[in-house]
Amino acid sequence: MKNHVEARNIVKRFGPTTALDGAGIAIAEGETHALVGRNGAGKSTLVSILTGLQRPDEGEVRFAGEAAPALGDRDAWRRRVACVYQKSTIIPALTVAENLFLNRQTTGRLINWRALRSRARELLETYEVDVDAAALAGDLGVEQRQLVEIARALSFGARFIILDEPTARLDGPAIERLFTRMRALREQGVTMMYISHHLDEVYEICQSVTVFRDARHVTTRPVEGLPHDELVAAMTGEATAAYETRPRTAGERVVLGASALTLAGRYREIDLSVRSGEVVGLAGSASSGKVSLAETLVGLRRADSGTVTIQGTPVKPGDVPAALRAGLGFVPEDRHHEGFVPLLSVGENATLPIAHRLGRFGTVSAARRRAEAVRMIEDLDIKTEGPDQPVGDLSGGNAQKVVFARALADDPAALVVINPTAGVDVKAKQALLGAVEDAVERGAGAVLVSDELDDLRICDRVLVMFHGRVVKDVPRGWTDHELVAVMEGIQE
Amino acid sequence: MTALTASTPRLRLARFRDLTLVPVIVLLLIAGAFLDPTFLTAGNLTNVLQQQAAISLLVLAEALILISGKFDLSLESIVGMAPAIAVMLVVPVSAGGFGIELPGLLVIPLCLLVGALIGAFNGFLIIKFQLSAFIVTLAMLIIVHGLQLGPTEGKTLFELPESILYLGSALWLGLPASIWIAGLLFAAGIAGLAYFRVGRSLYAIGGNSDAARAAGIRVDRVLWGVFILGGTLAALAGVLETGRLGAIGSNQGVGWIFMVFAAAVIGGVSMDGGKGTVLGALTGVLVIGLVQNLLTLKGVSGFWQPVVYGGIILIALMISRVAGGKAQD
Ligand SMILES: Nc1ncnc2c1ncn2[C@@H]1O[C@H](COP(=O)(O)OP(=O)(O)O)[C@@H](O)[C@H]1O
Ligand SMILES: [Mg+2]
Repeated sequence: MKNHVEARNIVKRFGPTTALDGAGIAIAEGETHALVGRNGAGKSTLVSILTGLQRPDEGEVRFAGEAAPALGDRDAWRRRVACVYQKSTIIPALTVAENLFLNRQTTGRLINWRALRSRARELLETYEVDVDAAALAGDLGVEQRQLVEIARALSFGARFIILDEPTARLDGPAIERLFTRMRALREQGVTMMYISHHLDEVYEICQSVTVFRDARHVTTRPVEGLPHDELVAAMTGEATAAYETRPRTAGERVVLGASALTLAGRYREIDLSVRSGEVVGLAGSASSGKVSLAETLVGLRRADSGTVTIQGTPVKPGDVPAALRAGLGFVPEDRHHEGFVPLLSVGENATLPIAHRLGRFGTVSAARRRAEAVRMIEDLDIKTEGPDQPVGDLSGGNAQKVVFARALADDPAALVVINPTAGVDVKAKQALLGAVEDAVERGAGAVLVSDELDDLRICDRVLVMFHGRVVKDVPRGWTDHELVAVMEGIQE
Repeated sequence: MTALTASTPRLRLARFRDLTLVPVIVLLLIAGAFLDPTFLTAGNLTNVLQQQAAISLLVLAEALILISGKFDLSLESIVGMAPAIAVMLVVPVSAGGFGIELPGLLVIPLCLLVGALIGAFNGFLIIKFQLSAFIVTLAMLIIVHGLQLGPTEGKTLFELPESILYLGSALWLGLPASIWIAGLLFAAGIAGLAYFRVGRSLYAIGGNSDAARAAGIRVDRVLWGVFILGGTLAALAGVLETGRLGAIGSNQGVGWIFMVFAAAVIGGVSMDGGKGTVLGALTGVLVIGLVQNLLTLKGVSGFWQPVVYGGIILIALMISRVAGGKAQD
């Protein structure tokens, strides 16, 4: 089989960092080829080179044996390669139709908006995307936005598509729908490059896999018959055992409780009690209300009715500081938005909630903060130049560890963790789950909300939500199939 | 799917968002008619438009720059400096010139050229040098004004060539030429941003410049063009203002930039880029012009007027917050 796409000996430097160091990839025509590697391995950099957004310092890209077009010739690139980038390229303030035809709204001089909308409708129909062409793109959900990106990418007629971590922000059913679509494309002979941290997805839809580590190409193998550990070992450079969940027995004391919580349109009549020494999972599809419920527990949202108690005392609804004072620690869903202040240092971010303990009369002792921060960096194995590095410079997994450090700084009695491992690589994921279990062993009670079944394995029991209600309390020992069936509302 | 069904009603409102000030304008016209009999006369309204013509060009320029996701404070200094320098290149030393005495007909092209060059220099520092637009244009606000004060030594230029006075004082078809000029430029701006690819590219760049680049838009080139256009429009505003007043004072344009931002922002142009329309910005100018006129007619002391402007800005912001439904930052 001939190589449809080939990148050879690519070197790309950003100032002092070498993002790619003689790395390459060869993708055969018609296959779905996975590219995996830890955060910062250089995957997205390769994507920007393969799509002509950046010029490699060295090396060459070839499509079907021919040299790649000149960098300025965007249209030529787009006829060869389509891409759904890791960072969304949808412009929220513009309509779906205009996003689909960005910078090619018309071939003539004047834009005919009506014609543009009908072309957009046709395009959406062709790719079976059920979205209103006249809607503002900013009003779409994550999945729909992504579908719009896919439709746009395909509309240039490229026979090669790159998907950079498309599933990081999708829930289970949406991922399934994406895969159905990808399989259909493959049947039409489309070649794909697929980037994901979820190795099970790689096994599910890819035929070959290339591993990058520290800016270099490590191996390229057929997926079939490739043992899981070997793949993980290639990514991390060492043998890494699969995560072992730990057994434990829950205490008696209820550290976090909810009674009759209701928030219109999100969830109804939720009762919950989390005991010390227990991890309770919350699972469900995107519309199940699990994230809203967790956000209510920590005070980011205010319920219409019902109460939240932390260590037996009711907390004022919708008041995060009150919840924190009552002994709560939490990891929010969107770490970039609510999790950390990117320009502040690792040390400052991690010690924000305990700043009051680090000095007197409103001052913060720099030396004590440093000491605390150094301890946290060690505890959670945060890869950083030191406590003074801004968190904004860290890779996804390490930034998330800082958010964890902050949540755990005050030794919380109750811990609420929302989608902690989204966009985080294998090893960092294990460290984060380990941190939750450590905290619980120290006597905390935890609520873990996750779209990832693997994360939920550390839970002593999983509450499955469906359309705003808890429909089942599943004890340890479930299989993926069982849990998904309940999440989808297919009760036995 | 939930997101989809929810989007429809919001969309309708969003489409009219740049017209949220229209009811305010109607309200002002009605209230004005009751408050003062001279307010709703053709003469007075023409007067309002003529007074706003120059500043409205700055609002147009700032709206384009803000929509592209950038920022320019230096526009107000160009309003005085560009015509002053152009005039000094033309008039004899006795009238305060440099003694170069270029032909008088060149004064407007020279003025526009000076504005364009300042815009190009801003663009160079912000786009090629990647400096913060806020700080660069803050520095340029001071420098450009200094470049007027230095050569003129702070004096007012009285003896001006005929050609620079013409546009700001002539009548075309019974209306001041400056109203025609501002009107035509706004019409061009509205059409350009709604119906041309370059115009749409400003929204793409302001909304997400990486996405714009990926879509093949030459982001740097477009942005540079916008800064140059902005400087040129500010220089033209200077020409109109010079013609209206018949002289170039050392503080021509000084302090305008606050009103310019206020007009653009209450007209629905977002400070974060990618949102707003030229039509919206125009309604912002009109609101401020009408309020100014009413206050003057009612004899409100000039010392108290700033309080009212500030209040108007806040109220307009609240109205558009309610109409737009989204939090502003
Ligand atoms: N535009 C950029 N400027 C500076 N450094 C960058 C840039 N893009 C990527 N990098 C760096 O290059 C390395 C590889 O990044 P990336 O390709 O995004 O990794 P991955 O997608 O595998 O997680 C990282 O160390 C990252 O910080
Ligand atoms: Mg990446």
